[in-house]
Amino acid sequence: MPSLESKIILITGAARGIGAACVKYCLDKGATVLANCRTEDAAEKLKQSLAESEVSRLQVLLYDVTDSDSIKRQFRLIQSQYSRLDGLVNNAGFMLEQPIPMTRKQDLEGLFATNVNAAFEHIQLASRLMIRQKGGSIVNLGSVVGEQGARGQAAYAMSKASLSALAKSAAKEFGASGIRVNTIAPGFIETDLTAHYSEQQKSELLAHIATNRFGKAHDVAKAIGFLLSDDAEYISGQVIGVDGALALP
Amino acid sequence: MNNTELLYKAFSSALNIELDQVTPDLTYNTIAEWDSTAHMVLIAEIEGVFDVMLDTDDIIDMSSVAKAQEILTKYDVGF
Repeated sequence: MPSLESKIILITGAARGIGAACVKYCLDKGATVLANCRTEDAAEKLKQSLAESEVSRLQVLLYDVTDSDSIKRQFRLIQSQYSRLDGLVNNAGFMLEQPIPMTRKQDLEGLFATNVNAAFEHIQLASRLMIRQKGGSIVNLGSVVGEQGARGQAAYAMSKASLSALAKSAAKEFGASGIRVNTIAPGFIETDLTAHYSEQQKSELLAHIATNRFGKAHDVAKAIGFLLSDDAEYISGQVIGVDGALALP
Repeated sequence: MNNTELLYKAFSSALNIELDQVTPDLTYNTIAEWDSTAHMVLIAEIEGVFDVMLDTDDIIDMSSVAKAQEILTKYDVGF
Protein backbone atom coordinates (compact mmCIF):
# COMPACT_ATOMS: atom_id res chain seq x y z
CA MET A 1 0.00 0.00 0.00
CA PRO A 2 1.42 3.42 -0.89
CA SER A 3 2.45 5.55 2.06
CA LEU A 4 2.04 9.31 2.21
CA GLU A 5 3.63 9.54 5.65
CA SER A 6 4.76 13.09 6.53
CA LYS A 7 3.87 14.50 3.11
CA ILE A 8 2.19 17.91 2.88
CA ILE A 9 -0.58 17.75 0.27
CA LEU A 10 -2.88 20.51 -1.00
CA ILE A 11 -6.21 19.39 -2.45
CA THR A 12 -8.51 21.91 -4.16
CA GLY A 13 -12.27 21.41 -4.21
CA ALA A 14 -11.93 19.21 -1.16
CA ALA A 15 -15.39 19.64 0.32
CA ARG A 16 -17.15 16.73 -1.33
CA GLY A 17 -17.09 13.98 -3.91
CA ILE A 18 -13.69 12.99 -5.26
CA GLY A 19 -11.99 15.82 -3.37
CA ALA A 20 -13.36 14.70 -0.01
CA ALA A 21 -12.52 11.06 -0.77
CA CYS A 22 -9.00 12.14 -1.64
CA VAL A 23 -8.68 14.07 1.64
CA LYS A 24 -9.75 11.00 3.59
CA TYR A 25 -7.43 8.68 1.65
CA CYS A 26 -4.40 10.95 2.06
CA LEU A 27 -5.04 11.40 5.79
CA ASP A 28 -5.45 7.65 6.12
CA LYS A 29 -2.03 7.16 4.50
CA GLY A 30 -0.32 9.54 6.93
CA ALA A 31 -0.25 12.83 5.04
CA THR A 32 -0.94 16.29 6.37
CA VAL A 33 -3.72 17.58 4.15
CA LEU A 34 -4.41 21.20 3.26
CA ALA A 35 -8.00 21.06 2.10
CA ASN A 36 -9.36 23.91 0.02
CA CYS A 37 -13.05 24.62 0.58
CA ARG A 38 -15.09 27.65 -0.43
CA THR A 39 -17.32 27.98 2.61
CA GLU A 40 -17.14 27.29 6.32
CA ASP A 41 -20.25 25.10 6.08
CA ALA A 42 -18.58 22.89 3.50
CA ALA A 43 -15.43 22.71 5.60
CA GLU A 44 -17.44 21.76 8.67
CA LYS A 45 -19.19 18.95 6.79
CA LEU A 46 -15.83 17.68 5.60
CA LYS A 47 -14.45 17.66 9.15
CA GLN A 48 -17.52 15.86 10.44
CA SER A 49 -17.02 13.12 7.89
CA LEU A 50 -13.54 12.38 9.25
CA ALA A 51 -12.33 10.61 12.37
CA GLU A 52 -10.99 12.81 15.17
CA SER A 53 -7.49 11.39 14.80
CA GLU A 54 -7.52 12.32 11.11
CA VAL A 55 -8.73 15.89 11.67
CA SER A 56 -5.56 16.68 13.62
CA ARG A 57 -3.60 16.45 10.36
CA LEU A 58 -6.18 18.42 8.38
CA GLN A 59 -5.91 22.14 7.73
CA VAL A 60 -8.80 23.77 5.91
CA LEU A 61 -7.91 26.62 3.56
CA LEU A 62 -10.98 28.72 2.82
CA TYR A 63 -10.68 30.44 -0.54
CA ASP A 64 -12.14 30.72 -4.01
CA VAL A 65 -9.81 29.05 -6.53
CA THR A 66 -10.68 31.68 -9.15
CA ASP A 67 -9.36 34.49 -6.95
CA SER A 68 -5.67 34.95 -7.80
CA ASP A 69 -4.91 37.08 -4.76
CA SER A 70 -6.44 34.47 -2.46
CA ILE A 71 -4.39 31.71 -4.08
CA LYS A 72 -1.20 33.71 -3.52
CA ARG A 73 -2.15 34.33 0.11
CA GLN A 74 -2.63 30.58 0.65
CA PHE A 75 0.76 29.76 -0.85
CA ARG A 76 2.43 32.41 1.30
CA LEU A 77 0.80 30.73 4.28
CA ILE A 78 2.01 27.30 3.15
CA GLN A 79 5.50 28.72 2.63
CA SER A 80 5.66 30.32 6.07
CA GLN A 81 3.96 27.46 7.92
CA TYR A 82 5.43 24.38 6.24
CA SER A 83 8.26 25.68 3.99
CA ARG A 84 7.41 22.90 1.53
CA LEU A 85 4.69 21.20 -0.44
CA ASP A 86 4.94 17.57 -1.53
CA GLY A 87 1.68 17.14 -3.41
CA LEU A 88 -0.95 19.17 -5.21
CA VAL A 89 -4.28 17.80 -6.40
CA ASN A 90 -6.06 20.13 -8.81
CA ASN A 91 -9.54 18.79 -8.22
CA ALA A 92 -11.74 21.90 -8.08
CA GLY A 93 -14.07 22.00 -11.02
CA PHE A 94 -17.62 21.74 -12.21
CA MET A 95 -19.49 20.23 -15.10
CA LEU A 96 -21.24 22.20 -17.83
CA GLU A 97 -23.74 20.29 -19.91
CA GLN A 98 -24.82 22.43 -22.84
CA PRO A 99 -24.84 21.81 -26.58
CA ILE A 100 -22.36 23.98 -28.47
CA PRO A 101 -24.96 26.35 -29.98
CA MET A 102 -26.45 26.96 -26.52
CA THR A 103 -23.23 27.67 -24.64
CA ARG A 104 -22.89 31.29 -23.57
CA LYS A 105 -19.43 32.84 -23.67
CA GLN A 106 -19.71 33.87 -20.03
CA ASP A 107 -20.48 30.25 -19.07
CA LEU A 108 -17.44 29.11 -21.05
CA GLU A 109 -15.24 31.69 -19.35
CA GLY A 110 -16.56 30.76 -15.91
CA LEU A 111 -15.89 27.10 -16.61
CA PHE A 112 -12.32 27.79 -17.69
CA ALA A 113 -11.69 30.10 -14.74
CA THR A 114 -12.41 27.26 -12.32
CA ASN A 115 -11.47 24.13 -14.23
CA VAL A 116 -8.36 25.34 -16.06
CA ASN A 117 -6.98 28.74 -15.04
CA ALA A 118 -7.11 27.92 -11.33
CA ALA A 119 -5.18 24.70 -11.92
CA PHE A 120 -2.55 26.60 -13.91
CA GLU A 121 -2.10 29.18 -11.15
CA HIS A 122 -1.83 26.49 -8.48
CA ILE A 123 0.83 24.69 -10.53
CA GLN A 124 2.70 27.98 -11.03
CA LEU A 125 2.96 28.57 -7.29
CA ALA A 126 3.29 24.95 -6.13
CA SER A 127 6.15 24.30 -8.55
CA ARG A 128 8.20 27.07 -6.94
CA LEU A 129 7.96 25.39 -3.55
CA MET A 130 8.62 21.98 -5.09
CA ILE A 131 11.66 23.13 -7.09
CA ARG A 132 13.32 24.14 -3.82
CA GLN A 133 12.95 20.67 -2.38
CA LYS A 134 13.74 19.09 -5.78
CA GLY A 135 10.62 16.95 -5.81
CA GLY A 136 6.87 16.82 -5.68
CA SER A 137 3.84 15.30 -7.34
CA ILE A 138 1.02 17.17 -9.03
CA VAL A 139 -2.21 15.47 -10.08
CA ASN A 140 -4.80 17.14 -12.29
CA LEU A 141 -8.34 15.81 -12.35
CA GLY A 142 -9.23 15.36 -15.99
CA SER A 143 -12.12 13.31 -17.28
CA VAL A 144 -12.93 10.53 -19.68
CA VAL A 145 -15.01 13.22 -21.41
CA GLY A 146 -11.85 15.25 -22.05
CA GLU A 147 -10.11 12.24 -23.55
CA GLN A 148 -12.98 10.82 -25.64
CA GLY A 149 -15.39 13.73 -26.14
CA ALA A 150 -19.09 13.65 -25.30
CA ARG A 151 -22.17 15.00 -26.99
CA GLY A 152 -23.56 18.04 -25.17
CA GLN A 153 -20.40 18.51 -23.11
CA ALA A 154 -18.03 20.19 -25.57
CA ALA A 155 -17.03 23.04 -23.26
CA TYR A 156 -16.52 20.70 -20.32
CA ALA A 157 -14.56 18.28 -22.52
CA MET A 158 -12.38 21.15 -23.73
CA SER A 159 -11.64 22.26 -20.17
CA LYS A 160 -10.71 18.75 -19.07
CA ALA A 161 -8.57 18.12 -22.15
CA SER A 162 -6.75 21.34 -21.28
CA LEU A 163 -5.83 19.84 -17.92
CA SER A 164 -4.20 16.78 -19.45
CA ALA A 165 -2.34 19.00 -21.95
CA LEU A 166 -1.20 21.18 -19.06
CA ALA A 167 0.01 18.15 -17.10
CA LYS A 168 1.95 16.72 -20.05
CA SER A 169 3.68 20.05 -20.65
CA ALA A 170 4.36 20.71 -16.97
CA ALA A 171 5.84 17.22 -16.65
CA LYS A 172 8.39 18.13 -19.31
CA GLU A 173 9.07 21.58 -17.89
CA PHE A 174 9.57 20.43 -14.30
CA GLY A 175 10.90 16.91 -14.82
CA ALA A 176 14.51 17.94 -14.27
CA SER A 177 13.50 19.41 -10.91
CA GLY A 178 12.06 16.10 -9.76
CA ILE A 179 8.45 17.22 -10.06
CA ARG A 180 6.02 14.70 -11.55
CA VAL A 181 2.77 15.85 -13.12
CA ASN A 182 -0.01 13.49 -14.14
CA THR A 183 -3.70 13.48 -14.93
CA ILE A 184 -6.33 11.17 -13.57
CA ALA A 185 -9.27 10.85 -15.95
CA PRO A 186 -12.27 9.48 -14.07
CA GLY A 187 -15.17 7.87 -15.87
CA PHE A 188 -18.71 7.97 -14.50
CA ILE A 189 -18.24 8.40 -10.76
CA GLU A 190 -21.25 8.50 -8.46
CA THR A 191 -20.92 11.93 -6.82
CA ASP A 192 -22.95 15.15 -6.56
CA LEU A 193 -21.63 16.05 -9.99
CA THR A 194 -23.53 13.15 -11.56
CA ALA A 195 -26.45 12.94 -9.11
CA HIS A 196 -28.81 14.62 -11.59
CA TYR A 197 -28.50 11.79 -14.13
CA SER A 198 -31.81 9.99 -14.65
CA GLU A 199 -32.09 6.23 -14.21
CA GLN A 200 -32.46 5.89 -17.95
CA GLN A 201 -29.31 7.91 -18.62
CA LYS A 202 -27.42 5.85 -16.08
CA SER A 203 -28.66 2.62 -17.54
CA GLU A 204 -27.57 3.69 -21.05
CA LEU A 205 -24.14 4.69 -19.74
CA LEU A 206 -23.72 1.46 -17.80
CA ALA A 207 -24.04 -0.46 -21.06
CA HIS A 208 -20.80 1.23 -22.18
CA ILE A 209 -18.80 0.36 -19.05
CA ALA A 210 -16.92 -2.92 -19.47
CA THR A 211 -16.68 -3.58 -15.74
CA ASN A 212 -20.45 -3.13 -15.46
CA ARG A 213 -20.48 -0.76 -12.51
CA PHE A 214 -20.19 2.94 -11.87
CA GLY A 215 -17.11 4.24 -10.14
CA LYS A 216 -16.91 5.40 -6.54
CA ALA A 217 -15.04 8.50 -5.39
CA HIS A 218 -12.77 6.17 -3.41
CA ASP A 219 -11.72 4.39 -6.65
CA VAL A 220 -10.39 7.70 -7.92
CA ALA A 221 -8.85 8.71 -4.59
CA LYS A 222 -6.78 5.50 -4.54
CA ALA A 223 -5.32 6.27 -7.97
CA ILE A 224 -4.56 9.86 -6.97
CA GLY A 225 -2.96 8.65 -3.73
CA PHE A 226 -0.74 6.27 -5.67
CA LEU A 227 0.47 9.05 -7.97
CA LEU A 228 1.20 11.26 -4.96
CA SER A 229 3.26 8.51 -3.36
CA ASP A 230 6.90 7.64 -3.96
CA ASP A 231 5.71 4.32 -5.41
CA ALA A 232 4.91 6.30 -8.56
CA GLU A 233 8.35 7.94 -8.72
CA TYR A 234 8.90 7.07 -12.41
CA ILE A 235 5.42 7.99 -13.62
CA SER A 236 5.02 11.46 -15.09
CA GLY A 237 3.23 13.13 -17.99
CA GLN A 238 0.58 10.40 -18.09
CA VAL A 239 -3.20 10.40 -18.36
CA ILE A 240 -4.52 7.50 -16.32
CA GLY A 241 -8.14 6.53 -16.75
CA VAL A 242 -10.14 5.39 -13.74
CA ASP A 243 -13.24 4.46 -15.67
CA GLY A 244 -13.87 0.73 -15.69
CA ALA A 245 -13.04 0.74 -19.43
CA LEU A 246 -15.84 3.17 -20.25
CA ALA A 247 -16.19 3.84 -23.99
CA LEU A 248 -18.37 6.91 -24.47
CA PRO A 249 -20.82 6.67 -27.39
CA MET B 1 26.10 37.30 5.89
CA ASN B 2 24.36 40.43 4.60
CA ASN B 3 21.55 40.40 2.02
CA THR B 4 23.85 41.13 -0.91
CA GLU B 5 26.03 38.18 0.03
CA LEU B 6 22.92 36.01 0.48
CA LEU B 7 21.66 37.05 -2.97
CA TYR B 8 24.99 36.37 -4.65
CA LYS B 9 25.19 33.00 -2.95
CA ALA B 10 21.64 32.23 -4.16
CA PHE B 11 22.65 33.04 -7.74
CA SER B 12 25.81 30.96 -7.46
CA SER B 13 23.94 28.00 -6.00
CA ALA B 14 20.90 28.12 -8.32
CA LEU B 15 22.88 28.66 -11.52
CA ASN B 16 25.68 26.36 -10.42
CA ILE B 17 28.38 28.96 -11.14
CA GLU B 18 31.34 30.28 -9.15
CA LEU B 19 30.56 33.02 -6.65
CA ASP B 20 33.00 35.40 -8.35
CA GLN B 21 30.97 35.12 -11.58
CA VAL B 22 28.05 36.80 -9.81
CA THR B 23 28.21 40.53 -10.42
CA PRO B 24 25.47 43.19 -10.68
CA ASP B 25 25.84 43.06 -14.47
CA LEU B 26 25.24 39.32 -14.79
CA THR B 27 22.23 39.08 -17.11
CA TYR B 28 19.67 36.43 -18.02
CA ASN B 29 20.51 34.33 -21.08
CA THR B 30 24.05 35.75 -21.41
CA ILE B 31 25.63 32.64 -19.92
CA ALA B 32 24.63 29.07 -20.71
CA GLU B 33 23.92 28.36 -17.05
CA TRP B 34 21.18 31.02 -16.79
CA ASP B 35 18.49 29.76 -19.14
CA SER B 36 14.72 29.55 -18.62
CA THR B 37 14.96 26.30 -16.64
CA ALA B 38 17.66 27.68 -14.35
CA HIS B 39 15.63 30.87 -13.96
CA MET B 40 12.86 28.95 -12.19
CA VAL B 41 15.42 27.29 -9.91
CA LEU B 42 16.86 30.73 -9.22
CA ILE B 43 13.44 32.16 -8.38
CA ALA B 44 12.72 29.26 -6.04
CA GLU B 45 16.11 29.74 -4.38
CA ILE B 46 15.63 33.50 -3.92
CA GLU B 47 12.11 33.01 -2.56
CA GLY B 48 13.43 30.46 -0.08
CA VAL B 49 16.41 32.52 1.05
CA PHE B 50 14.43 35.74 1.56
CA ASP B 51 11.09 34.13 2.49
CA VAL B 52 9.13 36.00 -0.17
CA MET B 53 6.68 34.99 -2.89
CA LEU B 54 7.33 36.97 -6.05
CA ASP B 55 4.67 38.18 -8.45
CA THR B 56 4.78 36.77 -11.97
CA ASP B 57 5.70 40.18 -13.43
CA ASP B 58 8.68 40.37 -11.09
CA ILE B 59 9.82 36.88 -12.11
CA ILE B 60 9.74 37.97 -15.74
CA ASP B 61 11.50 41.26 -14.96
CA MET B 62 14.29 39.67 -12.91
CA SER B 63 16.73 39.81 -15.78
CA SER B 64 19.97 40.63 -13.94
CA VAL B 65 21.52 40.54 -10.50
CA ALA B 66 21.08 44.30 -10.17
CA LYS B 67 17.42 43.97 -11.19
CA ALA B 68 16.95 41.22 -8.63
CA GLN B 69 18.18 43.57 -5.91
CA GLU B 70 15.85 46.30 -7.13
CA ILE B 71 12.85 43.95 -7.18
CA LEU B 72 13.61 42.47 -3.77
CA THR B 73 13.58 45.92 -2.18
CA LYS B 74 9.86 46.03 -3.05
CA TYR B 75 9.47 43.00 -0.80
CA ASP B 76 11.18 44.79 2.10
CA VAL B 77 14.55 43.13 1.56
CA GLY B 78 17.17 45.80 2.22
CA PHE B 79 20.54 46.02 0.44
